[in-house]
Amino acid sequence: MIRATRFTIVLAWFMGMASLAKAELTIEITQGMDNPTPIAVVPVAWSGPSLNENISDIVEADLRRSGQFRPVPKSDMLSFPRTEADVFFRDWSVLGSEYLVISRLSSTPEGGYSLDFELFDVLSQKKVLQRNVKGGSRSLRDLAHATSDAVYEAVTGIRGAFSTKMIYVEGFGNEKFRLMLSDADGMRERLLLESKQPIMSPVWSPDGKQVAYVSFETGRPAIFRQVLATGERQQLTNFRGLNGAPAWSPDGKQLAMVLSKDGNPEIYTLDVASGRFTRITRHFAIDTEPSWTKDGKGLIFTSDRGGKPQIYQVTLASHRIERLTFEGDYNARARISPDGKTLVMVHRYNGVFHIATQDLASGDLRILTETQLDESPSIAPNGAMLMYATKYQGKGILAAVSLDAGVKFRLPSKQGDVREPSWSPYY
Amino acid sequence: MLSTGLKQSLTLALVMAALAGCSSTSTTDQDAAADSTMTGTADTTDTSSMDTMEQEPAPVLDTVFYFEFDQSTLNADARAALTAHAANLKAAPQGVRLEGHADERGTREYNMALGERRAKSVRDFLVLQGVDGSLIETVSYGEEYPAVLGSSESSYSQNRRVELK
Repeated sequence: MIRATRFTIVLAWFMGMASLAKAELTIEITQGMDNPTPIAVVPVAWSGPSLNENISDIVEADLRRSGQFRPVPKSDMLSFPRTEADVFFRDWSVLGSEYLVISRLSSTPEGGYSLDFELFDVLSQKKVLQRNVKGGSRSLRDLAHATSDAVYEAVTGIRGAFSTKMIYVEGFGNEKFRLMLSDADGMRERLLLESKQPIMSPVWSPDGKQVAYVSFETGRPAIFRQVLATGERQQLTNFRGLNGAPAWSPDGKQLAMVLSKDGNPEIYTLDVASGRFTRITRHFAIDTEPSWTKDGKGLIFTSDRGGKPQIYQVTLASHRIERLTFEGDYNARARISPDGKTLVMVHRYNGVFHIATQDLASGDLRILTETQLDESPSIAPNGAMLMYATKYQGKGILAAVSLDAGVKFRLPSKQGDVREPSWSPYY
Repeated sequence: MLSTGLKQSLTLALVMAALAGCSSTSTTDQDAAADSTMTGTADTTDTSSMDTMEQEPAPVLDTVFYFEFDQSTLNADARAALTAHAANLKAAPQGVRLEGHADERGTREYNMALGERRAKSVRDFLVLQGVDGSLIETVSYGEEYPAVLGSSESSYSQNRRVELK
């Protein structure tokens, strides 16, 4: 098994190279905020040979995609300052730019790169931020995303999530299934697993070092975990019936899942170290799609015990169950936002499946998406946006929407049908 | 996989014909016409076999059973075909695999559970008819293996199914 995985890693490396060579596809922003903050991102100062990545373009794309910013076109810029001494604030205030980012790139003795960047508030004519980030020979995109993260946080007060990653499933008809890893912007794809049988429900461990998923490679669904750095895999379940919907506990020690080994779908937890399973629900209805509460003391899950799928919460200590959703006749696969205040789920309205939020305190439900067949919402670790799967022009694609529904974008279409995005934690 | 399923259903059908002398009325349902794209053209052999002196062709027993949205109740066609399957399985016990499927609407893991519920409803019917439950394995594929691509009601109705293999 380990040997097969090594082969996959080599393949993944080639895939990575291939995607680097591909032309950069643009992300289609379908809806932005009414008043995004104008910001000027000056091209990076660099005196070495030409680079295979354009740092300022990546920073602009990140900031634009957040919906919070409107980058000033480079063709409008009157100067390209290298250092603070080169900055004339009037050059930027006449363009209406509220912020200015300048940066300098240099080589490190180790063959990598070092990026110094500065953020200025044009209106108050003050430096807001100055930072240095370093990386290896293939770190230019990382350095760019680190810049975006710092700028985003300095201006909005919310930690950036541009340096995070995602995993997702790519299907090619009924013939081939791939588990893929990429940056949060969809770039730098890496193949984690390829199978002729379906792959489902990928999720991250809270430390970002492992993923768990369902694979049908044994002829039945089974839950596996896989270490990203080594490719080492372990099959965690091999029961008759359903083995699905894995979800890591916040401390990474347990996995919640659905098993139907005792007759019908029930929620279980698995203590990963000891291999001990604990049955959590007992009901003749479907119980599935568990997800942990922030404190790790409870699970939310989908159940049709009331006749139609709705979201319930179970307290692990008492096994006490409480229904959370009441609006509509189909609410499923819920996740709780990082601040613990909002439920995100798939909600059917007028026969169409959308992503919706429900305020846990007030119970207010809000539909975020207008597309159809929307599913698998996965919230960014900063809680600002969520990624989901939808259909566009007959193809499975990934799209994102902010939790306040103000910003929406589609990721570029991939080769196959893409689905089940899972946004990484911070790591 | 499909071809072994087909072979299986053909043998079953021959056994049926031998046992019951065969009436062809049970094949006139719409589902058989709807799934002819999947199961091949086995239904349309009436004219080509007229030069032989054998009995009229045996009806092919359905091995795919369809369901309504979010439902796992067997319809009359499925029950009729499964009654015949049960008789065959009792006469000549062999292991069968029931693969449950859902259409693409709704969440994937919930559809896994729906697919299983459908496969189990077929299993329960066979067991009620006297088939040894230990011979039956149920596996759900949820919405992962659609029989027909597309997001129309006609595709959906062909994807909500249990396949007997």
